[in-house]
Amino acid sequence: MIPFDYHRAEDAASAVALVSGTPGAAFLAGGTNLVDRMKLGVAQPTLLVDISRLPLDTVDVQEDGRVRIGTNVRNADLAANTVIRSRYPALSQALLAGASGQLRNLATTGGNLLQRTRCVYFQNPTTPCNKREPGTGCSAVEGYTRYHAILGASEDCVATHPSDMAVALAALDAAVVVMGPAGERVLPVSDLHRLPGNEPQKDTVLDHGELITAVELPPAPARSAYRKVRDRAAYAFALVSVAAALELDDDDAAVPVIRDVRIALGGVAHKPWRALQAEAVLRGAAATEDNFRSAADAELRHAETLNGNGFKVPMVRNTLAAVLRDLTGTAGPDASAPGTDHPEGPSGPDDAGWEK
Amino acid sequence: MEARITLQVDGEPRSLTVDTRTTVLDALRDQLGVTSPKKGCDHGQCGACTVLLDGRRANSCLALAVAHDGAEVITSEGLAGGTPDGELHPVQRAFLEQDGFQCGYCTPGQVCSAAGIIEEAAAGHPSTATEDLQAEGGIDLTDAEIRERMSGNLCRCGAYVNIVAAVRQAAETAAARRDGAANPEVPVVTDSPTAESMPEHPEERA
Repeated sequence: MIPFDYHRAEDAASAVALVSGTPGAAFLAGGTNLVDRMKLGVAQPTLLVDISRLPLDTVDVQEDGRVRIGTNVRNADLAANTVIRSRYPALSQALLAGASGQLRNLATTGGNLLQRTRCVYFQNPTTPCNKREPGTGCSAVEGYTRYHAILGASEDCVATHPSDMAVALAALDAAVVVMGPAGERVLPVSDLHRLPGNEPQKDTVLDHGELITAVELPPAPARSAYRKVRDRAAYAFALVSVAAALELDDDDAAVPVIRDVRIALGGVAHKPWRALQAEAVLRGAAATEDNFRSAADAELRHAETLNGNGFKVPMVRNTLAAVLRDLTGTAGPDASAPGTDHPEGPSGPDDAGWEK
Repeated sequence: MEARITLQVDGEPRSLTVDTRTTVLDALRDQLGVTSPKKGCDHGQCGACTVLLDGRRANSCLALAVAHDGAEVITSEGLAGGTPDGELHPVQRAFLEQDGFQCGYCTPGQVCSAAGIIEEAAAGHPSTATEDLQAEGGIDLTDAEIRERMSGNLCRCGAYVNIVAAVRQAAETAAARRDGAANPEVPVVTDSPTAESMPEHPEERA
């Protein structure tokens, strides 16, 4: 770790001014990702501006039903918040699926959004990486790609965003409140992170010195859920995850109709992937297994797999269908029928999408 | 850059000068001689460095000391009451009685984490193993809850089966105390059999 100066911020505006005016400066909140990257030599700030004691640590329900989450609210506290648990279960589920209890006690809302990819080549300064050192090349494209992108990647970068929380926020249509030197702006959380293109060093659209001060949730959807698939049952990053929020017509009908739906995918792209194509198929459609799978197919039409992550295509399809079944209260496919227990893959009808 | 800070360590105020790069873990071990928190991975993955930081379990290897000036730090030593003849914490007693370790390197972190999860569950903080997110009040620490909540503490000896038993016993003890009644199912041990049988350094024992 290189030596650095430390400044404890007195207020958000002065913290923004200090970081904006200091090229090597970075904000420090919980530190669980930043300090780790500093130890690895991946991050080398010359000044840390500590915002962790600023009183941006409350969850406030507004009169219009919106919920404002201060940037310093700890992940553990947000997951346990009774308003979040009861009205936005997808967000609690996503937070609880991430990291460990110790880390969730330290990690903050804003810091969770701004954590960086855990691509093994990004985290290893001895290997080429366009995100860490632009222009050096991507080691992952021909390397270990189990955790890498199938949607929206570029030849310069195939990394995925590691946050669970951000995926739930995307499906909940949250907004991010950002303070910069020129004042405040609000942007949809889906517009915060960017695709890699030929500038993979930029994870987000934020300028240097801009500070996330809060996350805002719109009034709660009728139903929401988050489901994560990983290599072990606890304390692991997502291979694939799905967050969905929806409203039904005829809630009590055997086959309800989906009035509105928002879906976001994790573990598949450089950002939480809002599944707009799948949403379009489902909006106004009956809650049937066929429609769930048609929606997944629409979203995955442009998926591009690498040598080690082809399994993610059927995994997204199956996980999306499972989440939608749970949320709409519809029955799963008949497990005894041929090809329906694992509708894709070697025993399935079209044998498509398995790891090549 | 250096900074003068004070940490409240196991009940004692300790002032020290730290390089800004110093983590709470390194400050405790290298500067203050408090060596019960262990450095395993030093990247927040193994949990051996777990302490109670301002009352909550945290990875001390990822917490910069300068950012935690004034914080209260409880290590597994402090849980035991601070003096050599102090009573063991119920979590520590449970680890002894259930044989919740082999080499012991991860144990101080496991113990702090277990003390933390018992408080978190009693306060109603859910986990991914919690079936009903909407339920109010304390959450029972089933084995599934214990396994999920302790997943940030790795044990390379693989003593997990007995660690789960130890945390279960400690949770039952804590619940009994909260209920204000002694639980006859939970044996009460007032001293440490290990401490008695191992008064010396292992190499000096007869």
